[in-house]
Amino acid sequence: MILSRALLKRHTVLPGFDLALGFALLYISLIVLIPLSAAFLKTFTMTWQQFLDATTTPRVMASYRLTFGASFLAASLNAVFGLLIAWMLVRYNFPGKRIVDALVDLPFALPTAVAGIALTAIWAQNGTLGQWLPFKVSFTPIGVWVALVFIGLPFVVRTVQPVLEDVNRELEEVAATLGANRWQTFSRVVFPIVAPALLTGFALAFARALGEYGSVIFIAGNMPMISEITPLLIITKLEQYDYAGATAIAVVMLVTSFVLLLIINALQAWARRRQGGIA
Amino acid sequence: MLTSVSRRQLMGAAGALALPSLAAAQQSQSLLNVSYDVSREFYKDFNLAFAAHWKKTTGQDVTLNQSHGGSSRQARSVADGLEADVITMNQHNDIDILHTRGGLVPANWATRLPNNASPTTSITVILVRKGNPKNIRDWSDLGRAGLQVIIPNPKTSGNGRYTYLAAWGAGVKGGASDAAAKALVTRIFANVPVLDGGGRGATTTFAQRNLGDALVTFESEAPLITREFGDGFELVYPSRTILAENPVSVVDRVVDRRGTRRLAEAYLQYLYTPEGQEIAAKHHLRPRNAQVLARHAKQFPKVSTFTVDEVFGGWTKAQQEHFNDGGHYDQVILAAKGR
Amino acid sequence: MNTATVAQGPAAAAVRPRSLRAATTEAPWVRRTVIGLGLAFMTLFLFIPLVTVFYEALKKGWDVYLAAIVEPDALSAIKLTLIAAAISVPLNLAFGLAAAWSIAKFEFRGKNVLLTLIDLPFSVSPVIAGLIYVLVFGLQGWFGAWLIDNDMKVIFALPGIVLATVFVTVPFIARELIPLMQAQGIEQEEAARVLGAGGWQIFWRVTLPNVKWALLYGVILCNARAMGEFGAVSVVSGHIRGQTNTMPLHIEIVYNEYQFAAAFAVASLLALLALVTLVLKYIVEQRVKGQKREAHDRAE
Repeated sequence: MILSRALLKRHTVLPGFDLALGFALLYISLIVLIPLSAAFLKTFTMTWQQFLDATTTPRVMASYRLTFGASFLAASLNAVFGLLIAWMLVRYNFPGKRIVDALVDLPFALPTAVAGIALTAIWAQNGTLGQWLPFKVSFTPIGVWVALVFIGLPFVVRTVQPVLEDVNRELEEVAATLGANRWQTFSRVVFPIVAPALLTGFALAFARALGEYGSVIFIAGNMPMISEITPLLIITKLEQYDYAGATAIAVVMLVTSFVLLLIINALQAWARRRQGGIA
Repeated sequence: MLTSVSRRQLMGAAGALALPSLAAAQQSQSLLNVSYDVSREFYKDFNLAFAAHWKKTTGQDVTLNQSHGGSSRQARSVADGLEADVITMNQHNDIDILHTRGGLVPANWATRLPNNASPTTSITVILVRKGNPKNIRDWSDLGRAGLQVIIPNPKTSGNGRYTYLAAWGAGVKGGASDAAAKALVTRIFANVPVLDGGGRGATTTFAQRNLGDALVTFESEAPLITREFGDGFELVYPSRTILAENPVSVVDRVVDRRGTRRLAEAYLQYLYTPEGQEIAAKHHLRPRNAQVLARHAKQFPKVSTFTVDEVFGGWTKAQQEHFNDGGHYDQVILAAKGR
Repeated sequence: MNTATVAQGPAAAAVRPRSLRAATTEAPWVRRTVIGLGLAFMTLFLFIPLVTVFYEALKKGWDVYLAAIVEPDALSAIKLTLIAAAISVPLNLAFGLAAAWSIAKFEFRGKNVLLTLIDLPFSVSPVIAGLIYVLVFGLQGWFGAWLIDNDMKVIFALPGIVLATVFVTVPFIARELIPLMQAQGIEQEEAARVLGAGGWQIFWRVTLPNVKWALLYGVILCNARAMGEFGAVSVVSGHIRGQTNTMPLHIEIVYNEYQFAAAFAVASLLALLALVTLVLKYIVEQRVKGQKREAHDRAE
């Protein structure tokens, strides 16, 4: 009753709003909001100077560079190949297509720690693939990037696929009759349609990669200033019994994730509106 | 490690008496030992022996549970409420923290048991490839250009911290100044290609990934490595090295609440008995008992050792000056990596 | 994958001249390159890791593999993982349904905020996810002392593990249901209401049957993630052997004892679960697509 009156924008005959929203809000508060606030409250026990000390030392900044940088690069590669793979799955037929389609979700379903040790073994200097490479992958930032590519792939493919499937082929035919070649048709007709979804998928893969720990920690070299990811620094702070410092770094990551998510959701709403749906 | 017989009998007893699992006044028949990472194999054997011993002397069955992990993480967990009846670590400050954060143990915990509350010790040694092709003999060799040394991350690993302090302390004990000792440590860390989270991770990197010319770890780890990875390795004892004491303590707040003080104290006492010391020696932990040590003299060659107290003024001071953010280690690693 | 769009029926396609059809597809060499690149990428990044898990698990033979799985600590880890998932998934199911109902069937202020909140656990680092529960329920935290005095254990025991697992899997079911329910609209529910159905009747008889496949899909994914969670559970677990180690934690422990084949053996169980999840998901997805297309058609 209270919720309906306060929040509903449009009269409805359907029942259950208060119950459903009430339960959802209670659940989200108990499970997500209140525990997260514990991190913020702990951070507030620090002075501003202490907060800056904990979160802006060269070492922490280097970890931000690595975490954000590797995540960005991984999401970018996933954007390119994700689009390619989505195209392949939607437009072409080839033997084993169903297996490939199913396999795209593997990183989603496989536990992070398992992925971590498998990837480390493969890319080590004496590993299945690592032995063929003239440069090191495991225990370097490249290794971190490889792990992040692994876990981010499904996001792009699965976000782009439905949109690509929905593309009206007539548009492409019209472009062809007007004299466009395949590449022009793709870049000027098809790509703009899938661009919002691609952007969303990229942003999702990026957000996921930022927080990733289990699959990265085995393959990263953990060298300060070089191959240390930010979640590891949170652990390091805890090792020194510096809970406030740990939550300070955690808060920086949380705020960044939150902002990213807001952007993603705004993007999705914009994309939906653009395609004539309701936001 | 749970013994299945005792567990069944425990269930039977509990069922028959229909008692709630953890009433404060009732004597509990289980004990949780929170320990550091590489003590797992040792406690597997020790717990079997202790359970048998307890049964023989008191007629009671007991369930012994183990938890292992990085030493600081384990100490933190206990401080955060993990109900450890006893805590068995490899650094004194990891038990000190239980006093400063929540008063789980009294300030004088280290005086309650012999040998600074450390029934066993180990030392830091160097493991090299068979035949010692790079001719590594001592700490200074580890700092040679072109070598690769595997050391776990001192920020997250007690093993790694001991290595750092061993290299530093060996220099100081050999007459070098602090600055010179720091320079050597910097050179050594410049040769470290990857910092694993713990001692075991570092060993995997060295022995399985075949990365590095040398691994610096506890003496107690070496035979395990040989057993698991074959004998492609050799042990090198430096001229002098650090003595890693393994302090143990009853966690007073927990045992008083659970009524397990008698059991917990007996458990720790058993570590000092000849039987307990024999098991330690079997797992390549240096026993304190002179006779047992003498019996295993071949396993434990005499090495000149120093303690953290001697050279660094105790673990708390060492942690603060060296390993906390902004301390010497941070400077070392930054300089080592040329940043 | 169906490449026909709504506007063209099979009949139309049959009469379209070949030259036009060729205009909407790429040259064969382009096609082959794209497929080649795509497959190479997937092999490199996905297929090889999967195969590695099984290869390493079986490297020392079947005996070692089976021994690793029936070992007491492994069995209790499997049991704990199953229990944690069995509690977390239904909880998130209830939440997902409630959230989807309110978001998809009503217009209200703050809907975007709620959506963002639901998505938030998705991008929070597992390390942080575990840490916050320690801050709330740990001895040094808000409720720790009270819990100890009242002989209750949350972290370092099953409740804490469940909480951490619930946290990281909150979004899964909700995110599956919301788009579908939004696409399906409210006409059917409104019609039922007009015909005199009560709230629960509408829900059980109209809404749920329409989303049953998406629901199943969400549950399957939620379960897979719940069983495989490592980072957050690692922080709140206490690592008591035989008691508070889930399968991913057990894998780490065994790996740290240099028993690599055994570690990969248990890991292969989780990989098998992942594969089963994928198969189930594929079956379900075909039906979801069917439902979405129906809704799309109806909306037009």
